[in-house]
Amino acid sequence: MASIVLFVLLRLLPGDPANALVSVGADPAQIEAARRQVGSDLPLAQQFLQFLTSLARLDLGTSFVSRTSVLQEILARLAVTVPLTLLSFMLAVLIAVPLGILSAVKAERWFGALISVISQLGIAIPVFWVGILLVTLFAVNLRLFPSGGFPPQGWAAPFEALRALFLPIVTIAVVMSASLLRYVRSATQDVLGSDYLRTARALGSGFAEALIRHGIRNGAVPVVSILGIELATTLLGAVVVERVFTLPGLGSMLLLAIEQRDYPNIQGVLFISTLLVLLIGFFADLAQRWIDPRLREKLGNIRR
Amino acid sequence: MTVLAEPQAERTRRTRRSLTFSIGLILVGLHLAVALLTLVWTPYDPTGMAGGRLEAPSWAHPAGTDRLGRDLFTQIMIGSRIALVVGAGAVAIAAAIGVTLGVLAAFATRYLDDALAATFDILIAFPTLLLAMLVVAATGNASLLSAILALGIAISAIVARLTRILVKRVLAMDYITAARTAGSSWPSIVFRHVLPNIWPTLSVNFALQFGLAVIAEASLSYLGLGAPPPNASWGRLLQEAQGTVYTAPFGAVAPGLALVSLVIGMNLLADGLRDIGDPTRRRAR
Repeated sequence: MASIVLFVLLRLLPGDPANALVSVGADPAQIEAARRQVGSDLPLAQQFLQFLTSLARLDLGTSFVSRTSVLQEILARLAVTVPLTLLSFMLAVLIAVPLGILSAVKAERWFGALISVISQLGIAIPVFWVGILLVTLFAVNLRLFPSGGFPPQGWAAPFEALRALFLPIVTIAVVMSASLLRYVRSATQDVLGSDYLRTARALGSGFAEALIRHGIRNGAVPVVSILGIELATTLLGAVVVERVFTLPGLGSMLLLAIEQRDYPNIQGVLFISTLLVLLIGFFADLAQRWIDPRLREKLGNIRR
Repeated sequence: MTVLAEPQAERTRRTRRSLTFSIGLILVGLHLAVALLTLVWTPYDPTGMAGGRLEAPSWAHPAGTDRLGRDLFTQIMIGSRIALVVGAGAVAIAAAIGVTLGVLAAFATRYLDDALAATFDILIAFPTLLLAMLVVAATGNASLLSAILALGIAISAIVARLTRILVKRVLAMDYITAARTAGSSWPSIVFRHVLPNIWPTLSVNFALQFGLAVIAEASLSYLGLGAPPPNASWGRLLQEAQGTVYTAPFGAVAPGLALVSLVIGMNLLADGLRDIGDPTRRRAR
């Protein structure tokens, strides 16, 4: 299903992919040869069939521009994007969950309100502006971290790699935790207004105990599904942050491929990211069922 | 602090709501006024040299100057115009496509509805920005129009999904069954019963999407896929500021503040609209 949408989207791009191969002002014979090479002279249905069979073999083809295997290139770049995404995600959860619960529990106090205002600010701030400001502060003025780039040795130089990823991770985590916080907060509010919490309190358990024993498990279900969506968005949205910090990740590969009309690369990146997004969704579903036994029983009619 | 009594808590909540709506209105109104003003007057010629290169902020140049000596404040003012045009254009396109598809899906046969719903879901899994990037790539060279089109198409999936759900909810109501029994044709049901009922929720979403479109446009311009140079988009100003971050670190502050103030204004407006659009509350007033 996803591959059909992908194929249609990519074929909607006007301009023959063969154009990327030939220079400006090529004569019709050259263009014809290039079209044959790329396969865009075949009927659409046949192109689609070829597209599907090669996907099934995980053969993503070779780049028009660099002539290297698309899959190899993607794997190399995932080594930057995946740690970046996961570490930012973990940091964001560490920030958002305690603060979100706190702001709901202490909504009547000044810091509860303050946290809400800050998270309102957070969702209005574009991620690349946060990145630029952090670069200005930490790389230009304090000279603590590099303003961009990734060590050429990659993870063979773990300390430098982590140092290069530090600012990007903070950038994503700050923006992401603002939107996560709102969901955690509203989930906590639902829990606070629930009957079972009142019952637990009436049976004599303390407020904190009731919240931890009954609240977290109940409140976690909707939050986990949001977490899955946020994780997917971060993975796909890393393109901007990677540009800010000139990181050689999946996003910058996509951007370059779009600029160069390198169709195999665009296709490959989108295919792999779609795959990862579906996987994340699947695991978020599993996690929800693990947390809430009620969801396991109605297996058939669960829709994210 | 003691727990407030119920009616009083309700009242403070409502005044806080109307306060957020007013702040939102002021912020958006300010940007609108500035945008209109730039049509007839700007402090400096936006494309000409107004001072030295990369000057720090001063009374003459409140936001400093860029690497070509152009006044940044003037460019930020023009940026308001571009952001509003892109936001309004994108939301208008998204509304036209999204509401049409959403209504069609809700009225369609089951299989078509399922197929459309699945398509919306998959498209939504991709961030707006990524879809917009693909559409920009598809339209060839980047221009203001291609940015508007790209964002409009990208957002339309979100609108379509929401519309479909809202329409389905309305269609399950008894008054729709009554209208059907009375012999109303389905266009008349859509325009007389469905759209007026889903409009309050939709308009709140449009305001939110407007803010997101402004952010996405800035990101597109930042990536070099937005409106080309004569258009002073905030995203491009920020991208240029990053290039000179070592010599002129102040350049990134003002365009970002302008952007954030417009997006917050839109979000607050959406919050306020949610309140006003709620008919039960309207009756109570």
